[in-house]
Amino acid sequence: MRPFEYVSPTTKAQAVSLLGASWGGTEILAGGTDLLALMKDDIVSPKRLVNIKNIRDLRGISSSPQGLRMGALTTLADLADDAGIKKNYPALAEAAIEAASPQIRNMATLAGNLCQRPRCWYFRNGFGLLPKDETGNELVADGDNRYHAILGNEGPAKFVSPSTIVPVLIAYEAKIRLEGPKGKRELPLEKFFVIPKSENEREHDLGPNEIVTEVVVPPVPNAKIAHYEIRQKDVFDWPLAVAAVALKMQGSNVESARIVMGYVAPVPWMSPEAEQALTAQPLDQETAQKAAEAAVKDAKPLSHNEYKVQLARVAVKRAILKAASGGAA
Amino acid sequence: MPDYAWPDQEHRTLIGKRITRVDSPVKVSGQAKYTYDVHRPGMLYGKVLRCPYAHAKVVSIDTSAAERMPGVKAVEIVQKPNANIHWAGDDVVAVAAVDEPTAEDAIRAIQVEYQKLPHLVSDAEPPQGATQEEGPLSMNDIDDLLDNQVPNRQIVEKIQQYGVTEKPTEDKLKSFKSSGANDAVLNALREATVHPEAASRPKSNYEKAAAQTVGDPDKAMAEAEVVSEGLYGVPVITHCCLESHGTISEWPDADHLLTHISTQNVSGIPGQMAEPLAIPASNIHVHQDHVGGGFGSKFSPDRWGIFTAQISKKAQGKPVRIMLERDAELEVAGARPSAYARVKVGAKRDGTLVAWQSESWGTGGPGGGGMPPIPYVFTIPHQRKEHTAIRNNIGPARAWRAPNHPQAAVLTMCALDDLAAKLNMDPVEFFGKNLDITKPRQDIYREELGIAANLMGWNEKWHPRAQNRSGNITRGVGLSLHTWGGRGHNSDCDLTLHPDGSVDLKLGSQDLGTGTRTCILIVAADTLGVPMDAIQLEIGDTTYPPSGGSGGSTTIGGVSSSTRRAAVDARDLLFAKVAPTLDAQPDQLECVNGRVGVKGDSHRSLSWKEACAKLGAMPITVRGTNPDRTKPPDLTNSGVGGVQMAEVEVDTDTGIVKVEKMVAVQDCGLVIDLKTAESQCYGALIMGISYSLFEEKVMDPTTGRMLNANLEFYRLAGFNDIPELVVHMMTGKGYDERGVIGLGEPPVVSPGAAISNAVANAIGVRVPFLPLTPDRVLAALGQKAGA
Ligand SMILES: Cc1cc2nc3c(=O)[nH]c(=O)nc-3n(C[C@H](O)[C@H](O)[C@H](O)COP(=O)(O)OP(=O)(O)OC[C@H]3O[C@@H](n4cnc5c(N)ncnc54)[C@H](O)[C@@H]3O)c2cc1C
Ligand code: SF4
Repeated sequence: MRPFEYVSPTTKAQAVSLLGASWGGTEILAGGTDLLALMKDDIVSPKRLVNIKNIRDLRGISSSPQGLRMGALTTLADLADDAGIKKNYPALAEAAIEAASPQIRNMATLAGNLCQRPRCWYFRNGFGLLPKDETGNELVADGDNRYHAILGNEGPAKFVSPSTIVPVLIAYEAKIRLEGPKGKRELPLEKFFVIPKSENEREHDLGPNEIVTEVVVPPVPNAKIAHYEIRQKDVFDWPLAVAAVALKMQGSNVESARIVMGYVAPVPWMSPEAEQALTAQPLDQETAQKAAEAAVKDAKPLSHNEYKVQLARVAVKRAILKAASGGAA
Repeated sequence: MPDYAWPDQEHRTLIGKRITRVDSPVKVSGQAKYTYDVHRPGMLYGKVLRCPYAHAKVVSIDTSAAERMPGVKAVEIVQKPNANIHWAGDDVVAVAAVDEPTAEDAIRAIQVEYQKLPHLVSDAEPPQGATQEEGPLSMNDIDDLLDNQVPNRQIVEKIQQYGVTEKPTEDKLKSFKSSGANDAVLNALREATVHPEAASRPKSNYEKAAAQTVGDPDKAMAEAEVVSEGLYGVPVITHCCLESHGTISEWPDADHLLTHISTQNVSGIPGQMAEPLAIPASNIHVHQDHVGGGFGSKFSPDRWGIFTAQISKKAQGKPVRIMLERDAELEVAGARPSAYARVKVGAKRDGTLVAWQSESWGTGGPGGGGMPPIPYVFTIPHQRKEHTAIRNNIGPARAWRAPNHPQAAVLTMCALDDLAAKLNMDPVEFFGKNLDITKPRQDIYREELGIAANLMGWNEKWHPRAQNRSGNITRGVGLSLHTWGGRGHNSDCDLTLHPDGSVDLKLGSQDLGTGTRTCILIVAADTLGVPMDAIQLEIGDTTYPPSGGSGGSTTIGGVSSSTRRAAVDARDLLFAKVAPTLDAQPDQLECVNGRVGVKGDSHRSLSWKEACAKLGAMPITVRGTNPDRTKPPDLTNSGVGGVQMAEVEVDTDTGIVKVEKMVAVQDCGLVIDLKTAESQCYGALIMGISYSLFEEKVMDPTTGRMLNANLEFYRLAGFNDIPELVVHMMTGKGYDERGVIGLGEPPVVSPGAAISNAVANAIGVRVPFLPLTPDRVLAALGQKAGA
């Protein structure tokens, strides 16, 4: 076993000070459902693991008139079970219950979910995040890319953003809070995800010595919100496309929309085109279809994933129609 | 002569009833010990360094750092410098250490230099002009065949058919022998015709076998009133045993090996290990209680089983455990060959089949592979078949539950279903109409087809293709037929009656989870008239009489026949001892309900215990054997039919297929345990749904590695994917009197074809290849929309 140091701080400040200033040396350990698998497969080999599960400040879910606050250590099972979330943010509870399996949901934390690494089978087989062969050819472009990106894939990053919780959180206009050596910062969640251009970059706007401390969601939105996933298997399978939508209404027309796709690009993909297509329109099959078409208008499928364009289109359309008919089941 | 024949229905107390398997309690409570659970005192952990390249030559190996590591007890080089490696993940060096992490560290410390060689991992249709007629074999070809673990029998066939390019020297023959060639191969080489002129032939990955023709296919096709053409196929899938392959081996002394192995072939293991380990087979003790799946991939000790024993010897005989990791299990421990074909079938307007033409291809890994038995089940009068074997670097193929039949079923039944659609005929009518050419099983198929149609509700559910659509959800039904042999294998057993009334029964068989233990006990208990739990059954050990490997659906016929003969002989010996006490002749006696008594006279009887007390001081042991011509009749038989139907629902917007219902109607001669027989069919349907919708060994063209060697992207069906399953076993007159026939393989043959046909019925177009994933379904629908 590659030896590593294991530390278990009890405050955020201690945790930050125990993290290294560059990637490679240290990793944060939360539920471990992703990190331990990566370590066993030799994909990441930290010299120090910083366990954050003993930091009390990172726990808890609280609702107030200012909105919802979820500590970094909130588990997916907590998200699915919390009465307040079920009542006020039902699409989030639904996304949580559909993820993974009961055992994993009991361990997996919210921050870990946001920071989980891509499931790209080249990455997971040890060929790198932006996999190339010895001569510099891109393995994904030349290889089996049936599960890879159809949008935002012009650069070397062709994996898809793996969380099924993130799109709906973005639809709810969630913000992420981080703490590092230079203090605290807050970003809209969609800005937290970036497309890496070189092998030593990561897919998050996260410093190697920063930790995600919490996620906040504005007060209960006056909007129709829904989340829709396409998985070949009903349960315990990675999706092929995910869409989340938030529709603010004025009368029977859409005043403004937020449309986010997952599993289509290296980052959660917001579609201003689709949002535009819905604005000032009534909600029906036809407008949903138009918005769905707009969402994939710029898709550039790779050699083996043209079908994902259709799946993304269907996911967006069904999410819109689901929102129109009342949202989460 | 004692009457060994199976009792008729009135005289069976247990045989043919629905009986719960005897090992359920230990399995559900976790007490059952699988090889994976075996932990021996002082056991060392072995790990294997595997080649990361799909095709390479080993240049040099430096194990010195690993050997110096504290805790490392032995290092064994499996493939030396100059060895050619033909698939990624093949074993190169093994180490044994005090714990797993140390063994892993040692593996990482080994330096191997490889020379990478060009590889092919695709099994796509052979490019034009790339194929080569099969021809005489060079000595390198023989080396490759042996390296690639192609079965000796197939090597002999190739040598006999094509000859060789040079006469092998005795040294060369010796080296073949040490790489695994048996005497048959060596003899074939000695006697082979030599074609020196063929030595300069360039080598291709694509080898085309000579065309096979029956009748006059060109004329028949030209005269056919309706012709359907299509493309069909099944990819390479893995066995994906939930208990991986592996052994725990130790040397109690320098000449004796004890090995715990996960195997389908307990009695057959010592004979395969003796030569490489240079000890007599009788010095090898094999033990296994339970096995977590084999499906055809666990007959041999495998190279890793041999080097585990070798490395244990190096480590002073301490137990060494090497069980494959999940990724290795999927990469190297077995794959089912792929098969694809362009098929043309011709019929008369009334549906009578007249002509078949196929150009097929597929891969069984580095060894190439053969053509599945097409056209399957239906002996179409005029045929032309051409097959190209693709030799590539995906790892060796192994027998997979009903070798070649599921592929043949897809290539045939899908092509016939498309023809039925073209004829605008209901497939039940179309298949029914052609049953004459399924001889000798036409009557069985006819009966099964009728029952299946009823159980499925076929008449209400079938519709001409794609005429039942409303919105994006559409339903359809499909069917397929299959066949299999299933005669019982060689099996010996020892049955002992003890004077205290206890009974024990021993044989070197194994229970693959199929209910073998339960069935053996049913036969023995039914024959002796005692409860099943009165008999102590021991299997899974080479100290017991040898019984065949569990493959080819041969176990139930073998073990039930040997058990029946032993039990009848034991019973008759007991009758002879008891008769004087009861003042009767032995042939007037019977044993039922735990009593031995005079037939028809309930006053003259002894309890089982009292009867056995008459045996005297010593227990008696009798040997039962199968086959045994001296003790007729033949209790086992061969040849079954089987019909399956599937109903599916397809979301035409997403291409997602859900199986809604499956029906399996299956015959297998005399059923010993109705419940475990039905379970075989349920399991087969589940496995069938899994390979129809999900399973595929995905290879990366550039790196030559398997991309989904895990259970995350090598998807298996889960609970939610399993719909209503209806199983009907054919029993009673016409079936029971055939004797016992195996059931492991037949029900897994048809699901692929039946489900594919149901999807075609639902969406109106054929999805050519399994698995029926959204990308393939949408592509097929797109083609239809565009057409
Ligand atoms: C079989 C399986 C199925 C799954 N299915 C789904 C699914 O359907 N949908 C879905 O969304 N996800 C799915 N997941 C992923 C799962 O949700 C994540 O693995 C989990 O949420 C990660 O949380 P964790 O606490 O276990 O993180 P860890 O494994 O501990 O960490 C994951 C990563 O996040 C980093 N990290 C953790 N906490 C912080 C923090 N506070 N600040 C900064 N970095 C941090 C770690 O350093 C590490 O890089 C699945 C996982 C598995 C194994
Ligand atoms: S069976 Fe499922 S839940 Fe249990 S250990 Fe394995 S993966 Fe985890």
